[in-house]
This record gives sequence, C-alpha cells and structure tokens, in this order.
Amino acid sequence: MSRQANRGTESKKMSSELFTLTYGALVTQLCKDYENDEDVNKQLDKMGYNIGVRLIEDFLARSNVGRCHDFLETADVIAKVAFKMYLGITPSITNWSPAGDEFSLILENNPLVDFVELPDNHSSLIYSNLLCGVLRGALEMIRKPRCTADT
Amino acid sequence: MADPALFEFLHTEMVAELWAQDPDPGPGGQKTSLLVLEGMGFRVGQALGERLPRETLTFREELDILKFLCKDLWVAVFHKQMDSLRTNHQVQAPLRLPGTLLCPQGTYVLQDNSFPLLVRMASGLQYLEEAPKFLAFTCGLLRGTLSTLGVKSLVTASVAALPACKFQVVIQKL
Repeated sequence: MSRQANRGTESKKMSSELFTLTYGALVTQLCKDYENDEDVNKQLDKMGYNIGVRLIEDFLARSNVGRCHDFLETADVIAKVAFKMYLGITPSITNWSPAGDEFSLILENNPLVDFVELPDNHSSLIYSNLLCGVLRGALEMIRKPRCTADT
Repeated sequence: MADPALFEFLHTEMVAELWAQDPDPGPGGQKTSLLVLEGMGFRVGQALGERLPRETLTFREELDILKFLCKDLWVAVFHKQMDSLRTNHQVQAPLRLPGTLLCPQGTYVLQDNSFPLLVRMASGLQYLEEAPKFLAFTCGLLRGTLSTLGVKSLVTASVAALPACKFQVVIQKL
C-alpha cells in the first residue's frame, strides 16, 4: 500500500519537472545554435508567441472565464487564473503605469529556473523569455480591436 | 507544478523550431534535426532518472527496468501506461575464439496505441511522414532514463498508423 503511495508522489514530481527540464534543454540548445544572447532571447520570444496563440484556446476552454471588462481585470486573470493553472504559481501584479496600460508581473518562485544556474558569459540572456512571448501571443488573440465609435 | 499541456505545447514548438532552422531540407539535414531532438530528450531523461528515490534504483532484472519505463516513467511523463511490452531476446552463438563470448542482446518493443504527442495530429495514415519528428525526443528520453539506471541502449521508434507507435529498445551489453 505504501509502495503505491510512493509511486504516486514520484510520478507527480517527475511530471512537474519534465517541463522545467525540457525548457532547460531547449535554452541550452538555442545557446549552442545562436552566437549571442540577444538572438536566443528573440528566438525564445518567437517560440513563446507561437505557443501563446494556441495556448489561449486551451486556457479559454478550461478556465471558463468571461470577457474582461478592463485591463485591470485582464491582469488579475493572467496572474490568478492563467499562471496558477499552467505553472502553479501566482505572480504579484505591481508597477502600474499612470495611464493604466502597463503593469509588471513578479514571479517569486519561477518553476522554469529550478536547478538552473547561468554561467557568467550569458549575462544578457533572458532565461524565461518564452513566457513573454506566450503572454504576447495569447493576448494578441483576444485583444479587443480598437473601436473608434463607442456603442 | 507545471500543467501537462505546457510540455505538449513546448514539444510541438521545439520540433517546428528545429526543423525550420535546418538549411538542408534533404535527408541529411533531417537526420541532424532528429539527432538534436533525440539528444535533448536524452539529457532530460537522464535528469529525470537521477531524481528517482534510492529504492527504485535496485532492480532485480532487466525486465523490471523495462516495466518501470512502461508504468512509472510513462505515467509521469504522458499520464498513461504503455499499452504493451514485448520482449524478443536474441542470443548470439559464442565465437570460437578463446576468452570471448558474445552476450545476449535484449530487444524490447514498447507499444503505445494512443501516444499523446501524436493524438492531436491525426488518426490513420495522414502525416505518417511527419511522425518521426515527434518521436525523436521521446526516444532520447527513454535512452536517457535507461542510462541513469545503468543501462546502455539504442532506442528507435516506428509508426504504422497514428496515433499508435512502437519504441524498440535494444539493450547493449558490454
């Protein structure tokens, strides 16, 4: 009986580490393929974008959230629903711009960087840049088109 | 705790990215991309294998290790068990040279009838040519985990009709 329980927890642990490890292998490979950190950052952003445009459908299908009324609500949904669902963390929302069109997400415990150490020669690498791309891609799919006439 | 969907999305994007990068679209280039994907899977498999608790590492027989791959590893990575495991031991006759003996090579065939990385693609013969790209990483994953468990192997995959696939594991004894 206890052996079964052990197997259960081990499976869960391995499952959550799979993504982290795969991401690490990807970044390592990209660093080999591209000569400088800037190119790696761009590539991570691009890949993230491609993931984001598909992830948004998965998110909408599974989360059942309605339309957000304003950007404030969007920020909340991103941090408290999306990040929680996909990465099991809830980043904090800070640094709102005066116009209310810009904010920062702070990830206290970023699962992507578990077991990761960056060597000194990669100081301009934005390791988690995939996340930026994902957010960009996902939001682009659901942004309201700019309306010139108010209804 | 990362959601399983994330791995699938990332894997798909990795395959697309590595394929797009290839300057040589011919058979030679394809081989490189497959090797790169397999290599990445190998590193991940090694790391996953290292995270196992001590008790799991003492397998009594080679077959126990393969069963572990089919049950525990597959459930952890793909949330289902392998559908079948077949063995096909081939014993080589000893050479007539003094002091040498060829060791038996264990060959195992692991079959997954609805492999999660193929399930979303198609059902049947459509995209059969593309399927190997989506199996390379997983072949490496199996080889990497086996490596951590002290087993040197060669892992290849074949698809007859999506989403079913077979992984051939050939244990190399030194």
